[in-house]
Amino acid sequence: MQTLFFALAIVLSVILLIPFYRVYKGPTVGDRLLGASAAGSKTLTLILLFGFLYERIDMFVDISMGYAILNFAGVIAMSKYFKTIVPGKQE
Amino acid sequence: MSHFSEILAGVLMFGGVFFMLLGSIGLLRMPDFYTRAHAAGKIDTLGIMLFIVGMVVYEGLTLVSAKLALVAVFVALTSPVATHQMTRRALAYGLKPWVRPEAQTGETEEPHALGN
Repeated sequence: MQTLFFALAIVLSVILLIPFYRVYKGPTVGDRLLGASAAGSKTLTLILLFGFLYERIDMFVDISMGYAILNFAGVIAMSKYFKTIVPGKQE
Repeated sequence: MSHFSEILAGVLMFGGVFFMLLGSIGLLRMPDFYTRAHAAGKIDTLGIMLFIVGMVVYEGLTLVSAKLALVAVFVALTSPVATHQMTRRALAYGLKPWVRPEAQTGETEEPHALGN
């Protein structure tokens, strides 16, 4: 089972890199936010997998809970902060 | 019995990783912000939920599995709210949805082509 966790962690860290293309290349601010949110939610599961790998899941589950709260609050705050979603269109 | 629960946990985790991969590819390939938001919603709801349910099955009935279920409930509550907030903000600031090139009416320009 430890081997399965290790393989899943490797696959997840490869999948984690895909939304960063959208963060880098996104034509609008919303695309970048969407990519950052997707990467954050995949990091949450990666933290849980690290907890199973290090046999310290009782500590890592609290960290992942804090990370989930931080991800949600960050996305809400940034989507409220950015006034120009569409590039080139000023309010 | 524990062997069966390990197999079930592995299958559920593989399902979660599969849906995360699917959502990532959708985030990469979709033509528009709204369709990308639709694809990225699958990562949070289906992917993380299946993954955490698999972890709960592997862990058994402990305090840690209760906390894992709490993380799943929190993600299920907040992730659709965040996606909805982003799309609502984009619509409020006038981002036009993507339409097919043959169904276009004049001045609306297409953001990307979707392949064939």
